[in-house]
Amino acid sequence: METIYLTIVLAPLIGAIIAGLWRNQVGKAGAHWVTIIGVGISCVLSIYVLLGFTHGDAESQNLSLYTWMVSDGLRFEIGFLVDQLTAMMMAVVTFVSLMVHIYTVGYMAHEEGYQRFFSYIALFTFSMLMLVMSNNFMQLFFGWEAVGLVSYLLIGFYFKKETAIFANLKAFLVNRVGDFGFILGIAAIAMYTNSLDYAEVFEKSAGLANEQITVFPGTSWSLMTVICVLLFIGAMGKSAQMPLHVWLPDSMEGPTPISALIHAATMVTAGIFMVARMSPLYELSETALSFVLIIGATTAFFTGLIGIVQNDIKRVVAYSTLSQLGYMIAALGASAYAAGVFHLMTHAFFKALLFLAAGSVIIGMHHDQDIRNMGGIRKYMPITWITSLLGSLALIGTPFFSGFFSKDAIIESVHLADRFGTNYAYYLLVAGVFVTALYSFRMFFLVFHGNGPRDEHAKAHLHESPWVVTVPLVLLAIPSVVIGWFTIEPMLFGEFFKDAIYVDSANDVLAHMGEGYHGALGFVVHGVMQAPFWLALGGFLTAWYIYMMKPSIALDIKVRFDWLYTILDRKYGFDELFQFVFAGGSRMLGKIFWKGGDQFLIDGVAVNGSAHGVGWLASVARYLQTGFLNHYAIAMILGLIGLVGWFVILQ
Amino acid sequence: MAFDTTQLIPLLPEIILLVGVSLVLVIDLMVTDKERTWPFMLTLFTLLAAGCTTVMLADGTTQVVFDGTYIRDPMSDILKASLLFLAVPVFIYAREGLMKSGQWRGEFMTLTLFAILGMMVMISSNGFISLYLGLELLSLCLYALVAFNRDSSKSAEAAMKYFILGALASGLLLYGISMLYGATGKLDFPSIAQAVVGKESDIVLVFGLVFVVIGLAFKFGAVPFHMWVPDVYDGATTPVTLLVGSLPKIAALGLAMRILVDGLGELQESWQMMLIILALLSMALGNLVAIAQENIKRMLAYSTISHVGFIFLGILAGSDEGYRAAIFYVIAYAAMAAGAFGVLIALDRKGLEVDQLHQLKGLNEKHPWLAGTMLLLMFSMAGVPPTVGFFAKLFVLEAIVSVGLTWLALVAVFFSIIGAFYYIRVVKHVYFDKPTDDVEVEVGGAAQVMLAINGLAMLALGLFPAILMNLI
Amino acid sequence: MIALSDYLIVSAILFSLSVAGIFINRKNLILLLMCIELMLLAVNINFVAFSYFLDDMAGQVFVFFILTVAAAEAAIGLAILVVLFRNRHTINVQDLDTLKG
Repeated sequence: METIYLTIVLAPLIGAIIAGLWRNQVGKAGAHWVTIIGVGISCVLSIYVLLGFTHGDAESQNLSLYTWMVSDGLRFEIGFLVDQLTAMMMAVVTFVSLMVHIYTVGYMAHEEGYQRFFSYIALFTFSMLMLVMSNNFMQLFFGWEAVGLVSYLLIGFYFKKETAIFANLKAFLVNRVGDFGFILGIAAIAMYTNSLDYAEVFEKSAGLANEQITVFPGTSWSLMTVICVLLFIGAMGKSAQMPLHVWLPDSMEGPTPISALIHAATMVTAGIFMVARMSPLYELSETALSFVLIIGATTAFFTGLIGIVQNDIKRVVAYSTLSQLGYMIAALGASAYAAGVFHLMTHAFFKALLFLAAGSVIIGMHHDQDIRNMGGIRKYMPITWITSLLGSLALIGTPFFSGFFSKDAIIESVHLADRFGTNYAYYLLVAGVFVTALYSFRMFFLVFHGNGPRDEHAKAHLHESPWVVTVPLVLLAIPSVVIGWFTIEPMLFGEFFKDAIYVDSANDVLAHMGEGYHGALGFVVHGVMQAPFWLALGGFLTAWYIYMMKPSIALDIKVRFDWLYTILDRKYGFDELFQFVFAGGSRMLGKIFWKGGDQFLIDGVAVNGSAHGVGWLASVARYLQTGFLNHYAIAMILGLIGLVGWFVILQ
Repeated sequence: MAFDTTQLIPLLPEIILLVGVSLVLVIDLMVTDKERTWPFMLTLFTLLAAGCTTVMLADGTTQVVFDGTYIRDPMSDILKASLLFLAVPVFIYAREGLMKSGQWRGEFMTLTLFAILGMMVMISSNGFISLYLGLELLSLCLYALVAFNRDSSKSAEAAMKYFILGALASGLLLYGISMLYGATGKLDFPSIAQAVVGKESDIVLVFGLVFVVIGLAFKFGAVPFHMWVPDVYDGATTPVTLLVGSLPKIAALGLAMRILVDGLGELQESWQMMLIILALLSMALGNLVAIAQENIKRMLAYSTISHVGFIFLGILAGSDEGYRAAIFYVIAYAAMAAGAFGVLIALDRKGLEVDQLHQLKGLNEKHPWLAGTMLLLMFSMAGVPPTVGFFAKLFVLEAIVSVGLTWLALVAVFFSIIGAFYYIRVVKHVYFDKPTDDVEVEVGGAAQVMLAINGLAMLALGLFPAILMNLI
Repeated sequence: MIALSDYLIVSAILFSLSVAGIFINRKNLILLLMCIELMLLAVNINFVAFSYFLDDMAGQVFVFFILTVAAAEAAIGLAILVVLFRNRHTINVQDLDTLKG
């Protein structure tokens, strides 16, 4: 098995290296072939590993491959922990990645930097696999930073475009905030357990459950709460939770395939994966879980609202991603880790599908992304249309579609959970369903239905995308529709995650839910009688009525609720807040430090002063080397006399 | 005692080397300048054969042969194997440089091989007699090699200085040995180790120890016995500097370990203090004066001195961990130094040696591979993670911290930070400055490939330090 | 009876003389070579004296090795001296100062 795991990880890396370092030698075709083959190998093997867990009798494995160094008892290792959770993540990551690779062949066909792009996405696959397969915090952090790096490189892929540069800088800075919390959390773990290995940390953490620490004088906090909240701050950065969500919509400056792969299906779910992986730690802190729950629910509802007023096709999908990530986080906060991860999986398929479909539309529209310019595209792009429809239906939670099962499970488990903030979260999540349906179908109707594109020139050139684009759409549409039906039982109520995720029996809402569970059909029937279903239907009908029947209403509402529109259009002012308060404030602080501290004290006195001092000393000391042989001999003899004097005569 | 031919088995690498060098000597007489590839190939083959034999003989045991004068143990195996394998790139670079300056003569091969033989004898010596013979075999070859460029007055001056100071150092070492002999009545290390038990403060013993430590310090080039280092590095032709600056450090470590640990382990308290003084002086002076150098060979000479300080730190820790760290450091350092001088050789032109810092300016524009190699080597010397130099320093620091010498570790870190300056300055010249001339870089294929491997090895060993550490 | 210490004092004096010769002499390189020989002889006296008084042959064996090596060393030294003279036309110690700093 060790060889298989290594192959899974290294195949994309080798592809990335070949496509990156020898980009001129392998050419365009070579670059996409090596990376597709590399990722293809990983995908096939990952599915094999997953099948071993679902149909075979594979055991979860904790392998330590290589010890990088041991410092003061702390081992820095590279190793793999492969259990059900990891196997599922590996399969999802490599499958979506493979689809995106194939899709990119069509999408990027006429772009500059074709090889570079393939090299980056294969490198991303490698990093993401390292992250999910890690068995220790150091490797987790490495993967965490590596996916962040690749994401940063890809957002700024069009590095000549100013907005792209701004966006990747923003992503970088916001993620630094999250990573700061994350690394502090890891440091706290290393400090209190003296280990970075998951298994060891989990084992020791139970003993630390009641530990209190003093962070600021006079306060006493539960250690576990501090650790979990710090780690979760990392997750908030990576999984774009409020208020660190601001980078994700801007990341849409990158090419569409990576929006699908990195900013929807995989990297941004790393935070959810991480929290699920750390479930033994989170279960020890009720406070941290409440925090998670509230952040998740808030993000789920309020970012969904923004999605309604966006006009850029990719930004709509991006806000939808934020909102769905909020759902997953909320599930984690309700101790329904399995439900969160389940939604992660279904979401990966349908959101990647929606992004790729959006990309397909963008190709058709010659890189015009404004949905107000679109319309009636159904006639020209039938495959894109039908797959988008399936994706949207899955997203809004239509019964029998994958999204229905996962979203309903989340809402239900939050409803059943009993901790601070569950009521608040429940209402927001339920209301969020309506919002989801509204923005999804607003976009869908505006893009695919109604009168054709306004621009006659665009209309004349509009046609279905090539097969490399449509095949991935179809391949992603299939799991988007069916995967929920088949997997809900083992993943939520069965034993699939039994070894991978730990839930304290008092918190186990899913088990509670499982008591009333009688097959997937029963789940659907039960769901249809609940509020979320009717809200989704309501959202759909509202969208249909406003955008299909009476487009004038939209304008009317916009005028009448101008204040609300402004708030949403400004995205609650987070960007401005950060820009002026944090960026401005820190720049001012920076200026003070720069002028007073840096230029005067550090540069003037410390750095230049000591550099001049050292330089002067060096130029003096070199004169000791006079070049005269007898001086050299004298130096040796003086050394001899010194040593003899010290050791023989003095003692 | 009847002579048992199986006693020759632990000496197989030395025997192979001796046979090889004799063959090279004879064959070289019969070939023309153009056919000199043959003895060169034979040289490489000899080194590889001896190296592989060393590896095959290494079984973790200790064998003492020839009436207790010669020892083969795990430490000698790792030191000799790294010595022999590192000699291969050294020869490849040296050939490149000597060909460029038109001095590609057979004497270089024979003298260098004899020097390596001397180093192996030093590493394997189990008594002062064999140690002295190995040391002199090495030194005499090096004196001659420094004067290898017969028409250079700089080389001749360097050789003369090296010779006089070297002879003075051997004299001091011998005087120390005679004192130790007088105090213990023995010349082989295990017997000396037994004889010194309980005589830790014997004045004659400590007196002898001081002289012996000075002899060692001279071989390493520790302050204040370092004066020869910059002049020899500068004066000798670069291929010879390459040799002097890399392999003998490994042998010197073997020498130090044999005398101080095998022989005088009981006197650790005394020699620890001496080494602390020498290490501090070396790190301070080496790093400081290196900053003021414009000549890159002199700069590397002073950098060597500072690295010697670090190696001493490993030894003076006096723990197993420390010895392993010192061995790791010395091997890594020899590889780094070989690579750095290799790059200089690669930059040499016909009849003109590159030895000024400004000549490295803009190397990245001329030859990105060499620039990348130089970057890795300089980072490794400065101790930037994840290169091997970082781990070498880390292991040493860990070792001295774990024996309670934290203050020393802090001082060492302080001086390495100062030292980082001049290494990074080289990188700055290579990457950020404009070239001062537009002369093409001409470098042979073998040397180029070897340099790339050398540079990447610094990175690979930094990523996987356990590969090397587990062998030690 | 001559005591061990007498030999050691003689040898120490010889040793000191040679060391002094090395760093006081600023004129002739050949003088330096002679000083080195003198130093080795001082060491030899030490070894022989110890060997005799400890009744151990090893010290005298060592002396033979030292003598042999000293001969080789002198040969190398003189060879370098010749090379130096060829290049510089001087064997004045004080003129050896091009390498410094």
